[in-house]
Formats: sequence, structure tokens, C-alpha cells
Amino acid sequence: MKPRRTALTAHAGPEDIVAWRAAAAVTRDQFLSDVMTLARSLPVGEYLLNTCEDRYRFMVGFSAALVAGKISLLPASQSMATVRQLAASYPGLFCLHDGKGASADVPQLPYPEMPVAVDSAPVPEIEVDRVAVILFTSGSTGLPVAQTKTWGALVRNGRAEAARLGFLDGQGTSFAIVGTVPAQHSYGLESTILLTLHGGCALWHGRPFYPADIVDALAAVPRPRLLVSTPFHLRALLESQVGLPATDMMLSATAPLSAGLAREAEVRLGGTLIEIYGCTEAGQLASRRTGETVRWTPLADIRLDQQDGVTFASGGHVDGRQRLGDVIELGDDGTFLLHGRHADMVNIAGKRTSLAYLNHQLGAVTGVEDGCFFMPDDGTDESITRLAAFVVAPTLMPRQLLDALRGRLDPIFLPRPLVFVDRLPRNATGKLPRAELKALLAKHAKAAP
Amino acid sequence: MSDNASATAAADLLAEVADLMVAALNLDNAAGAIDPDAPLFGEGLGLDSIDILEVALAVSKRYGFQLRSDDEDNVRIFASLRSLADHVAQHRTK
Repeated sequence: MKPRRTALTAHAGPEDIVAWRAAAAVTRDQFLSDVMTLARSLPVGEYLLNTCEDRYRFMVGFSAALVAGKISLLPASQSMATVRQLAASYPGLFCLHDGKGASADVPQLPYPEMPVAVDSAPVPEIEVDRVAVILFTSGSTGLPVAQTKTWGALVRNGRAEAARLGFLDGQGTSFAIVGTVPAQHSYGLESTILLTLHGGCALWHGRPFYPADIVDALAAVPRPRLLVSTPFHLRALLESQVGLPATDMMLSATAPLSAGLAREAEVRLGGTLIEIYGCTEAGQLASRRTGETVRWTPLADIRLDQQDGVTFASGGHVDGRQRLGDVIELGDDGTFLLHGRHADMVNIAGKRTSLAYLNHQLGAVTGVEDGCFFMPDDGTDESITRLAAFVVAPTLMPRQLLDALRGRLDPIFLPRPLVFVDRLPRNATGKLPRAELKALLAKHAKAAP
Repeated sequence: MSDNASATAAADLLAEVADLMVAALNLDNAAGAIDPDAPLFGEGLGLDSIDILEVALAVSKRYGFQLRSDDEDNVRIFASLRSLADHVAQHRTK
């Protein structure tokens, strides 16, 4: 049987713009010419470590690997130890780079000088069942776990995302993508490279870092503009005193975004902010307009189901039935609420909840300005470890707060002790380091009579 | 300004930037305990790119200028507390 194939890119016209460089736009024909030039100069090895920092060059390297029948490896880090480990596990590994290169002794291929395209080339067709990339997640043992993605799955993921964002409406509107996330990360790969190849977009070649860089990059591309970013970069952008160019759409992923920050981003950038939910194992699964709703809507063809409190994703681009590491509350209409990672699961006397859920309930009590639950390390004796909570609530009496919590929580989760403080020891990213909370609890225990 | 006065100003700025960094990153170190010539990345204070962005934000608010990746060598700017303070001295608008 003839293998099924899908085009490398859905950009239909030879003059379609697929990327923006500082000097000029890159047409589809020039892109295909660059891909074929690079594909011809790839060494014999089967595995490509693509460390290009320039997003356009990364896309050319990724595409050349597809055309040449090679597999792109996308490790979470490019540290010397990681590259050595990869080289040992994947014989024939070589590194495509556009700067300093990989730091271990794998063969290096500097990104070549590209000739100007002279004629129009046909768009290569790639077998959908072929492994296109291997991403790596940190496994529970600390060793990286390989996640293989076929070309067909990547395209379906990219198309599902593009459809959700309204890019496949037949109007032919091409968004210019500015990404602050690396193309080597699953979210960056899906939302910058695949949205370009199969969502009709054109990507900005750079990866801006500082707020001023992001502003410059946005200003360098035509509207409509799409900023692919994270809560952290968005907050830095909004807090910095720089003028913000009109940005028609913003994507955020990798960490939860608050509704307040989402609304501020929409007002100040003048566009729509969409948050994406997914994981490296299953790819992108759902989205929400965070400024308007807390509920997530699965992408087309994605199904979630639950068994014994664990949620599984299937359908669409998801390979088989993938177990999700998050606490999810499924609604009857298929939308869902996200209650945090299983990593913050709390199990007391056989009853389970998550710290994220408890913190949400605590924060919802009128008069609570800030607060968090804390699970002390398990004691060595048989006694049941109880939760502690820290709260900033200057107008509340402890009894009032406990009564309010009793109405919201199973009594087993009521905090003992409940510690009133002036402020929580939040770090620069707004997180509460466990060590800080531990110290706060110890201080309280010492001060207690 | 005499050499003495400018040396004092530089030392004051160094202490000020150290304070700003400790506050921005919630470091455990006392500001005065940061070696002005030790690397900020890796084996020194061990900052990562998220920290760099945090410090850059604090610097832009306090000193009224934006850091950029393309017009300056970031590796050099964030090589040490002293190099960061020197960069601030050259570019500050307030």
C-alpha cells in the first residue's frame, strides 16, 4: 500500500510569506530552496540535534530533516551531559547549529550560507507515519523519557490549534508570529513552527528576550500579530515601562496565567489572549480565553475521560490514550476545570485533594488577601500529618476563617495550625518556595506557647 | 568630580544594584555579601535566564532604561555585579 503523505507546508502560493527576517520577508519558494540546500548537505547520521537559536533556521533544519528522512531530537536542555547521553543512545547523532554549537563531541554542522532561490520548487510530501521528532520529558526517575511524534500527529496538532484560533477560516489571513519560547520545546514547536507550516502564519526569525526586544520584534512585523509567550514573559512585558505595539492575539502556556494578568494583557496590547493547555506527551489539548472564563474547551477531536480520579486524553493527534498528570474536573458539556498537578496531591487518611484546590478555596473566602496550604514532610511515626495554612487576612478572626473553610472543605483538610501572617514569602515569580514555608512553620511552632 | 568622589559614587551604585538584585530575586545573601567580581551565572550566584529578566525589569524601573539583547553583549553585562553596575552607570536616565 502506498504510504499516506502530507505536504511539508500548507502555504499554497510560491510567493506566500513564511518568515520575516530583519531585512526582508522570506517566500515559500526561498524557504523550500533553503530546505533542499540543507537537506543535500546533511551528513549520513539518522538523528539531528537542532540547536539553531534563529527560529527560521530551526524551521529549515527541522524541514530538511523531514525531507532527508531523519529524526530531529529536541532535548529539554542542551547541557554537555544531556548531549553526551543523547550521543550514546542515538548513534549517528549530529548537531545543526547557528552559533556556539553543542558542547559535546558530536559532529557539528554549521547552518550554511543559502543561495537565492532561482526557480519554484514543488512542496515535498512527507509520510504521515514517519517519526518526525523525539521530545524529552523529565521522567519520575530523573532520567529523560523519549516522546516520539509522527509527522502526521504534529500536523494534526498544528491544524487543530490553528482551527481553534480561527486561522483556517478560509479568509487567508496570515498572522505574523513573534515567539519568546524556544522552538525546541513542544509548545514552541507547535505554536510557532507548526502554526507557520500548517496554520498559514509567518514567523519572526528571532527569539526576543527582554521586554524591549519583544516590542522591537512585534514592531518589525506587519499586523495581524501573534505573540507566543509565557505568563512570565507577559508579566515582564506589562510591568516594564515600554510602549506596546498593537498585538492582535497572544498565546500563553507552560504555567497557569491569572485572569487579572490576562485581562491587563488584552487591554494594553489590544488583542485576544488565549491560554493553551497541553503536555509534551499528548500535545496541545485545550484552550481558554483566560480573561473571560476559567473553563477549558478541548481542541476539535480531543476527548477526555476519567477513571479512578485519573484523566486520560485521546482522539485527534493524541497517540492512543494518554494519562494526564493534572487534576481535572470534567463538566457535562465537555469543558473542564484544571485543579493543578498531581504532584501537589494531598492524601490524608485516604482522602485526596490537591494543594491547588485547597488554595483556591482558601483564597475564595471573603477577607482573605493571600493564603496557602502547606503539607509538612511526613513524620516517621504512625501519626497522620496534617495540613498547615498561612493566611493574610487582617480583618478576620481565626474562628471566622475556620468556620468559612469548614463550609468549603472536608474537615480532614482543615489546617492545623492556621497561621496568620503579614505577608507570604513569595519569590520573584510569585511562587512560594517550600523551604520558605517550612521555615515559616518552624518559626510559628517555636513562637507558640 | 575628583577621582575620590567618583570612586565613592561607583561604590554607592554597586551597593545599590546589589540591594536591587537581592530584593528582585529574594536572595538569601545579604547584599553586601555578593562578591562584585564573581560570576552571576553558573558557579557564582547561579542565576538563570528567568532571574536575568527579573533583574532587567528592576533595573529598567529604577534607572529608566531598557536592556536589549541585540545592542549589547548580555554575557558581558551580567558577567558580574560590577559589570552590571558599570552598565547601569553608562545608561541610566534617572
